[in-house]
Amino acid sequence: MSAGLEVVRAGALTTVQDEGRTGWAHLGVPRAGALDGPARRLVNRLAGNTPDAAVLETTLTGCAVRVTGDRPVLAVVGGAGCRVTVDGRPVAWGAPVRVPPGAVLEAGPAVHGLRGYLAFAGGLVPEPVLGSRSADLLSGLGPPVLREGDALPLGPGHGAPAVDAVPWPGVPAELVLPLHPGPRDGWFTEAALCTLTTAVYRVSERSNRIGLRTEGPALERARDGELPSEGMVLGAVQVPPEGLPLVFLNDHPTTGGYPVVGVVPEAALAGAAQAVPGTPVRFVRA
Amino acid sequence: MSGPRVLPAGPRALLVELASGEEAEAFHAELLRRRAAGELPAVREVVPGARTVLLDGVEDPGLAGRLRAWTVPPLRRGDGEAVEIPVVYDGPDLADVAEAWGVAVGEVPRLHARTEFRVAFCGFAPGFGYLTGLPGHLNVPRRATPRTRVPAGALALAGPYTGVYPRPSPGGWQLIGRMPEPEALWDTGREPAALFGPGTRVRFVEAGVRG
Repeated sequence: MSAGLEVVRAGALTTVQDEGRTGWAHLGVPRAGALDGPARRLVNRLAGNTPDAAVLETTLTGCAVRVTGDRPVLAVVGGAGCRVTVDGRPVAWGAPVRVPPGAVLEAGPAVHGLRGYLAFAGGLVPEPVLGSRSADLLSGLGPPVLREGDALPLGPGHGAPAVDAVPWPGVPAELVLPLHPGPRDGWFTEAALCTLTTAVYRVSERSNRIGLRTEGPALERARDGELPSEGMVLGAVQVPPEGLPLVFLNDHPTTGGYPVVGVVPEAALAGAAQAVPGTPVRFVRA
Repeated sequence: MSGPRVLPAGPRALLVELASGEEAEAFHAELLRRRAAGELPAVREVVPGARTVLLDGVEDPGLAGRLRAWTVPPLRRGDGEAVEIPVVYDGPDLADVAEAWGVAVGEVPRLHARTEFRVAFCGFAPGFGYLTGLPGHLNVPRRATPRTRVPAGALALAGPYTGVYPRPSPGGWQLIGRMPEPEALWDTGREPAALFGPGTRVRFVEAGVRG
């Protein structure tokens, strides 16, 4: 009894993601992994998987996959809210759905939020690279971005899930990001630091898995010059020369040369994963 | 010598800033030595930079204070086996580098290949190392106009660093040659995946005639 997936509609950007690859940043390897960690864990839990199983992460437009093989597959669509169908018939969002062999599971375009997560019992099992099955779009490690016709293997299922419903957090109308100042807040003027934590920024449409870019008032530097390359953490708020804060997400480079004015704790980044362009962003002192 | 600056990088990371690249390399070596000896509390990542070492995934709030009080022995550049990299010195920027160094073009390979290099830190792309070892008077600026495509294996200089591009990418470094088999720089099927990990000693060996 085997099962797999065939990609019928790849969507705008759909990738395989798990917890990501840690422990390799010193070699220049980004962490990668699902941008909305809590959503990834929830869909896995509902599919009867361990939290670290690999899932699909969609972007705005969802995706559709056909179940191949000779057994039905339990699937869960969560994260961004969307219409879910099996062979065109509406089924539950955010809850386990049985997909028969040959049937097409479709996650429609997001109606709220941005990134959808599709878990399948047994998890996606493409070949791991450095301990992770995550696609890393900065350095190209891991499985490639999904394309129509791709085949994806599934692991053996573990039996029935322990839960069939979980509370899903809503997507807030405003993204509030707690900010720990440093390490390079000293590179900015007092006025800039005040602006950063009082002004309203908006999510830029140039945002991606590398970083959440913002639009709003530029931050003025207190000193000129270049910062020698230094290690960057997930959630670092880097300020490039044009002065607009950029929040590093999972595919961020491991070292960088623009000053980091502050850091958003990892736990607050799930909201950044779901914020569509135009969403107001406020940085508040943690 | 005063201790290093230890700056917070969010709730779970510390950025240790040293006075020079040489001190940062020495501090990183000491960190790895203490980690191997079991004297460092668990951290997820230790990421050296040009003048810093980042410790990410720090659970011990007392670590910052202890790092400031460390006594770090100076770096011993000659320790350990050196990786030998065959290269051909035929890069398009050889003449510019020769001019910056104030030597004849033919002197550039000799001066470069006799240098003992050490990987100070990685970044830019998996497998790309920033190698130190060239004396200060042989530092060169980046190109005024970066190239849109630098081929894999290109041997390049910028500032105090030497690097070899593990794969094609845009780049602004001065190209002095190439490594004929750049696949060896990064191989995820090998342990370790990177030929140039931080702390690795490197020697470049002239592999062929200049074209």
